[in-house]
Amino acid sequence: MNSVFAKRRSRLLAMKALRDSYAAGERSFTCPHCGEDSDRRQVAQALYVCPKCGFHLPLGAYCRLSTILDPGSFRELNGRRTAGDPLRFPGYREKLAAARRKTGLQEAVVTAAGTIDGRRCVVGVMDSRFLMGSMSAAVGEKITLAIEYAARNKLPLILFAASGGARMQEGILSLMQMAKTSGALARFSQKGLLYISVLTDPTTGGVTASFASLGDIILAEPGALIGFAGPRVIQQTIGETLPEGFQRAEYQDRHGFVDAVVPRGELRETLSRLLRLHERGGRS
Amino acid sequence: MRELTPAQRVAIARHPQRPNLTDYIGALFTDFFEQHGDRLSGEDGAVLGGVALYHGRPVTVIGTRKGRTAEENLRCNFGMPGPAGYRKALRLMKQAEKFHRPILTFIDTAGAYPGLEAEAWGQGEAIARNLYEMSRLTVPVISVITGEGNSGGALALGVANRVLMLENAVYAILSPEGFASILWKDAQRSREACELMKLTAPDLLELGIIDGIIPEVEGGAHLAPRAVLKETDRCVRSHLAELLRQSGPALAEGRYQKFRRMGGGVQKEEA
Repeated sequence: MNSVFAKRRSRLLAMKALRDSYAAGERSFTCPHCGEDSDRRQVAQALYVCPKCGFHLPLGAYCRLSTILDPGSFRELNGRRTAGDPLRFPGYREKLAAARRKTGLQEAVVTAAGTIDGRRCVVGVMDSRFLMGSMSAAVGEKITLAIEYAARNKLPLILFAASGGARMQEGILSLMQMAKTSGALARFSQKGLLYISVLTDPTTGGVTASFASLGDIILAEPGALIGFAGPRVIQQTIGETLPEGFQRAEYQDRHGFVDAVVPRGELRETLSRLLRLHERGGRS
Repeated sequence: MRELTPAQRVAIARHPQRPNLTDYIGALFTDFFEQHGDRLSGEDGAVLGGVALYHGRPVTVIGTRKGRTAEENLRCNFGMPGPAGYRKALRLMKQAEKFHRPILTFIDTAGAYPGLEAEAWGQGEAIARNLYEMSRLTVPVISVITGEGNSGGALALGVANRVLMLENAVYAILSPEGFASILWKDAQRSREACELMKLTAPDLLELGIIDGIIPEVEGGAHLAPRAVLKETDRCVRSHLAELLRQSGPALAEGRYQKFRRMGGGVQKEEA
């Protein structure tokens, strides 16, 4: 019986992941970074890293989950939770509806329970295609519920950040999600459980200034933009051109804010290894 | 009293003669001893903090500092802290906890400073760490938003058991100019942003973000600074008296739950 459900879950995730992938059906794929053409299947096999220049393309949430979790282990948490319109902001409902249609997602984060090489964990993945991965109250709530689910079940937690920051249309309520998620992580940490934060392109604003920066271990994808203030704002403030590579993953690594920059192709193996290395901590 | 528009309140909140942190410290506290430095990278003048007596009781006072003159503002970077400022604040808060002192924070900032150095030293991490640590402090924390409280740069001093706001203070995710610039790519539409952002004290009380409003005289606190300083004292004192009756764990729990509830929907968890 269990295996029947596992197969169905596996197929469901594979289908959702396919929907996330780039221009399905076309044979050739043009890298937005180097402009070179590659075979689409080859790009997919490389987990959407350009085979010519190594550029890491944005990855949809379900697609990311399918590259990380064991097939059939995926079980979505709070999948039906969606944004409200707490400030009754003009045009927001229409924007949300359009984002849902465009991405097939309910919100800018997908949270799930699953396994990596047989080890149980809770994984949350933000999706920058959904209103820039901005943090609505629902995003904050889903992340907090995922943290609490992991705490209750004594599971390690992995969160993939991809966000432009706050959801403007939810104003102050978006801001408060920073305090909420950070507080939930403090409680989670007190239980001796592992939290791995993975920073992907882009991780900025309120997400950087909350849960994304609070991992026991912080990994980053090559080239990801990571910072609090956006480059445009900084440039306007200081009136100088920003140095090459400023706020990129490698820059943050040099400045001591990430443990390691990990290419996408090695990410699953790295996460698996880290879960293995922490196996006894949370259980004793 | 005549209703002010949100944009008018923003103007009052930014009035150069509005009582600033130095005025609050002078009026509410005695024996203030200022403490410098984050013990990691330096001293940030945009955050002022130290120990003082509040009605005879030792407390830790922390706030963002805006100057009145150009020279003062250069020294305190117009009240826009960098990571060293937030880390100094955290150091003082942990110290307050060690000595069982209540923490009072005064917030008036356009936001965390968006600069090259600030990023290099981890502005995001510094703010995140404050949110994380403040959520579990076992001493009373009261925050007063006295002028403008913008973005994570304000929240980093604002994870409190009680958040109070002056009547014409504003508290928001971003300055109205920044908001308009991000949403409509046009900073000129800030007045329109003010109307939509729900950044006034009455709006935020209704949304459950703040716990009390400190009245100002008509036209704004700068017209009668002494009156507003006195009101602030009265208000802070009564909230502190209530909090002092709670145990350390109860204070941490109460504070955590207060923020936990914000923006939670009605839908049930499935798993």
